[in-house]
Amino acid sequence: MVGELKIDNVHKRFKNTDPYKDDVIALGGLSLDIKPGSFVSLIGPSGCGKSTLLRIIGGLDKATEGHVYIDGNDIKKPGSDRGFAFQGSNLFPWLTVEKNIAFGLKARGIYKDHQKDVDEYIKLVGLEGFEKSYPHQLSGGMQQRASLARALVGHPAVLLLDEPLGALDAFTRMNLQDEILEIWKKHNMTMIMVTHDVDEAIYMSDQVVVMSARPSKVEEIIDIDLPRPRARAQDTFGVYRTKILDVLNLGGKIDEIEYYL
Amino acid sequence: MKNKLGILIRLLLPYIAIGISVLVYYGVSDTGKQKKMDHPYYLYFIGLIGLYILIGIIIGLFKKERLKKVVYKAPFYTGVIVFLLLLNFVTSKTLWLPILYFPSLDRIIGLIVEQRVFLFNNIVDSLKLLITGFLWGASVGFLTGLALGYFKKVGYWLNPVTKAIGPIPTTAWIPLALSTFPTTHSANVFLIAFAVWFPVTLMTSSGIQSINNVNFEVSRTLGASTFYQIVHVAIPAAMPSIFLGAFYGTVSSFATLMAVEMNGNSSGIGWYINWQKSVMMYDGVYAGLILIAAICSLTLTLLFKVRDKVLVWQKGVIKW
Repeated sequence: MVGELKIDNVHKRFKNTDPYKDDVIALGGLSLDIKPGSFVSLIGPSGCGKSTLLRIIGGLDKATEGHVYIDGNDIKKPGSDRGFAFQGSNLFPWLTVEKNIAFGLKARGIYKDHQKDVDEYIKLVGLEGFEKSYPHQLSGGMQQRASLARALVGHPAVLLLDEPLGALDAFTRMNLQDEILEIWKKHNMTMIMVTHDVDEAIYMSDQVVVMSARPSKVEEIIDIDLPRPRARAQDTFGVYRTKILDVLNLGGKIDEIEYYL
Repeated sequence: MKNKLGILIRLLLPYIAIGISVLVYYGVSDTGKQKKMDHPYYLYFIGLIGLYILIGIIIGLFKKERLKKVVYKAPFYTGVIVFLLLLNFVTSKTLWLPILYFPSLDRIIGLIVEQRVFLFNNIVDSLKLLITGFLWGASVGFLTGLALGYFKKVGYWLNPVTKAIGPIPTTAWIPLALSTFPTTHSANVFLIAFAVWFPVTLMTSSGIQSINNVNFEVSRTLGASTFYQIVHVAIPAAMPSIFLGAFYGTVSSFATLMAVEMNGNSSGIGWYINWQKSVMMYDGVYAGLILIAAICSLTLTLLFKVRDKVLVWQKGVIKW
């Protein structure tokens, strides 16, 4: 099975543009192994480098030190083995839904052989009938669905989700959580999601990785041993929630904690 | 459309105005100082307006949308006819304004009709010059803007140069261009191209620079190469801004066209206006101005039509 990630002692230092100030060390030697086919959430105090870690895995940023391996290969740049769903939908406004989803296939020059995949994923995310619509004609939830389909259509082994549902209202959010889980189950892929929402992390993940404040490391990995499909209103949720919040408060030197109760 | 009588009155207004115009034209005697034309060209012209509205009404009987438009526009057409009536009254029925500078409408319209072949040839010459210059300026401007906007190093070295020479008014280049270029024509093409080049360059590069970086990151995660990214992300995302540059460029190309045609050219509408002025034929000057207005307006309409086609994904920003 593919989609195994090994994060090995990753450091990330951002040069400060003001030469009289210290550089910002976002990640301070973070190591983490992610099993193929698992659903992992990254949670932690604001500015702790969750998104930075995700971007390094995605190949958008380079680690200052350390390596990330996907199925044994060192990650140096974006690749078709990883899909990236960004915060907000970030569809290209000048392309129709259909063309947005086909963008990656066309950029890689494999559109001719995979034309059917586009239709399949449009169906999968429930956007039939909106193929020819432009992004501004869609609701926020529909845009997010199209964006997911765009990240998924190349059949990546790992899908990286950077707070993909942050901008949506509660109901749309819950619907999309379920849809993402369905896709995850059906396609047997590894999913890594950055979120600020503790309940979302518990509801969706096999493992919740709690990160410490800058320079960030893994504070604790909490396994969520709940059977799927999970019910949202469960007493056991509370137990996990307390545990995660406890760890977050122990994360040390936190001025503001970002989470939803 | 509840009030049928109201609609009827609105549609009759232009015709009432035309009727009054005809009465004044024949009923009030001319001063006789204006040159007499063989035909009542002014009446032909307002007749054409009336015919245009009539065609609109006839089509409107079958297409409700068109009728609505005609009803909406009818008072405006009436206003135009009334304005022309007043103008004709003042210029040919009174001596309130100096005849030399304010020829009658018959003379201006008549001149356009009678010299149509000559004027048409001049329009063709102007358009040839304008289009050649515009295409050069727009394509070079697009490429420079692309390079300046997308490649940081190119921007570092060439932005100051662009900023230094770009804002120089094109007309200030005329003496230099006329003496350094082998032919007047090539100098003129250069000057018009220059007028278009700067706004297109500026708006293309600023359009590309203001693209949200996430667009490029999305395309990278989807496997796009640099070339693919330029063609399929940078250019379409900057297109609204590029069109704005083309719009500014077109407007300044008109100004430059007039300036170069009035300076040392021997054909074209700008030359024609200047020539007519020098021989004290102000009816020709007005005729030239009317034609220029029509050409500029049509060109910009065409540009915006193209923009609406290309930018269907965007809601209109500038109305024309």
